[in-house]
Amino acid sequence: MEVSLDLLLGAIVAGILLGGFYAAVSVGISISFGMLDIVNIAHPAFIILGAYAAYIVNSSFGLDPILTAILMLPVFYLLGAGVYQVYYAVFERRGDEALRGLAFFFGLLFIIEVSLVLVFGVDYRFVEAPYIGPTLRYGAVDLPLRMLVPFAVSMVLVILLQLFLSRTFTGRAIMAVSQDRLALQLMSANPAKIKRVAFGISIATASLAGAFLIIIQPVEPSVGRDYIGRVFAITVLGGLGSFPGMVTAAILLGIVESITATFYGPSWSPAVAFGVLLLTLAFRPSGIMGR
Amino acid sequence: MRAPTFWLVASLVGAAFFGLSLLVPNQYYFQAGYVVLQYIVLATAWNILGGYTGYVNFGVAAFFALGAYSSVALYKLAPLPIPVLVLIGGAVSGVVGLGMGYLTLRLRGAFFSIATLAMAVVMQTLITNWDYVGGSRGAYILRPAQVPILGNYIVYLFLVMLILSVIAIGVARSIERSRLGFGFASIRDDEQAAEAAGVPTLRLKLVATTLSGALMGMAGAPLPYYVTYLDPSSGFSLSYAVNSIAMPLIGGMTNWIGPLVGALFLGTIQQLATVTISSALNLLIVGLLLVGFVVVAPNGIVGLVERLIAAARNRR
Repeated sequence: MEVSLDLLLGAIVAGILLGGFYAAVSVGISISFGMLDIVNIAHPAFIILGAYAAYIVNSSFGLDPILTAILMLPVFYLLGAGVYQVYYAVFERRGDEALRGLAFFFGLLFIIEVSLVLVFGVDYRFVEAPYIGPTLRYGAVDLPLRMLVPFAVSMVLVILLQLFLSRTFTGRAIMAVSQDRLALQLMSANPAKIKRVAFGISIATASLAGAFLIIIQPVEPSVGRDYIGRVFAITVLGGLGSFPGMVTAAILLGIVESITATFYGPSWSPAVAFGVLLLTLAFRPSGIMGR
Repeated sequence: MRAPTFWLVASLVGAAFFGLSLLVPNQYYFQAGYVVLQYIVLATAWNILGGYTGYVNFGVAAFFALGAYSSVALYKLAPLPIPVLVLIGGAVSGVVGLGMGYLTLRLRGAFFSIATLAMAVVMQTLITNWDYVGGSRGAYILRPAQVPILGNYIVYLFLVMLILSVIAIGVARSIERSRLGFGFASIRDDEQAAEAAGVPTLRLKLVATTLSGALMGMAGAPLPYYVTYLDPSSGFSLSYAVNSIAMPLIGGMTNWIGPLVGALFLGTIQQLATVTISSALNLLIVGLLLVGFVVVAPNGIVGLVERLIAAARNRR
């Protein structure tokens, strides 16, 4: 196959934009799995929940999906805090989180997905916003606004979270909780409470990621599954819990996927993420920026 | 009960069950029974890895569909009898299980789980892009309407699956009572301590993934002949994964009875729900029961019954 330079350049730019969106999707897992050691495989289902929240508000009130997602942040925060409360009381306190905790989130994934199917059916839903149609063109490079806007907001989100984690007491306590619970208790912070806050934040990011998802593509309840592998691939490749690593990995994966889709056809792109994940796990489990 | 006695009893129970089944005049009974039996095999296979060693496999659908697709591939080459297909399907999935385990089992448990989920998608993408077995369009299988002696083909498939479930349960029980089983339990309880005490943990885990994968592949091999049309999205359906995990968890994971009870219970409920309500509700029921049981009764139905028996003894 002849590789045209324009096509390659276009694929790389599209991949970077896609990667920005992947960063928003993965940031929640980066917190819950990377920092709190909670294997929340239901996270993509919460993202779909966020997408449907944006869809409902957008279709009935015409409100902008990203604005809706920002307004919904507290709701998702509380949802996450509630889920953690159950998880803590039932599994963590008993020291039973490994096997049954995983099964708990797996069940949660199905409950959310099937409930959405029962309420909304399996039709594809989409939102309307002024930036969904137009595209900026620079020579051979296309910058569709529906990719550019999520990319920009997602970068802001990751930077704000990074500042929160490194500059505030609560943020530092979150970083500390997975490293040394006892030391945290000695600093008179309650690990369970810190983890509840952090898990709430991780689910809150699903609200924004969901809005981005439904801006980028039409959504039906089971599309979340495609993201399970992607988010874990990105989180592991990025070195658990490191935001700069996570963003680098997200953009890398976006580029590889986009190039695969351009040159070999989109039906191969799901395998890319998983292939990357398997290779990372087999050869460099600590990730590209792991400690 | 000694192992040979158990095999004998299990075979007799299976034979008696099949004899009784033949008295049922309704065709639908065999259609539904096949699915429940298939879940007994899957749940028991999952439990060999998940229950005995504590490693959660989310990739059940991959092993299962690999067995099914090896049958499809062979169907295009030459017509082979089902038992041969079962053996080949089991071998293929067993080898994949071994490779999978080798790549990921040196890592922490959660990574293994995520990697199995990842493998399911990689396999599905490969099969979707493999035109020889039908690609995304799926493949049709023409099965003979009749078989000698038994008559109806569905009855034959039902019998094959029944034999497979007896084998799966027999294998699971023999493992429990053997050195292998104690090794598995030591991994589940404390892997580091087991390793330090000289248990060859990696080798044992590889045995478990291979056995478990092979049994899942065997359960999948007759599937194309049962459904007569197989496409990747139905072969790799996540409902196989959620069911095979939910059944041992709901039944109880510590011994072979749990997955059997769970599969009978959940499988029957699902068959009833599919007929009477809707099939979308199926997965919701499974999800709710799964979450409900891990929260309220972590040791499953078997654990509940054991507690009741203990309470009754104490009262006396």
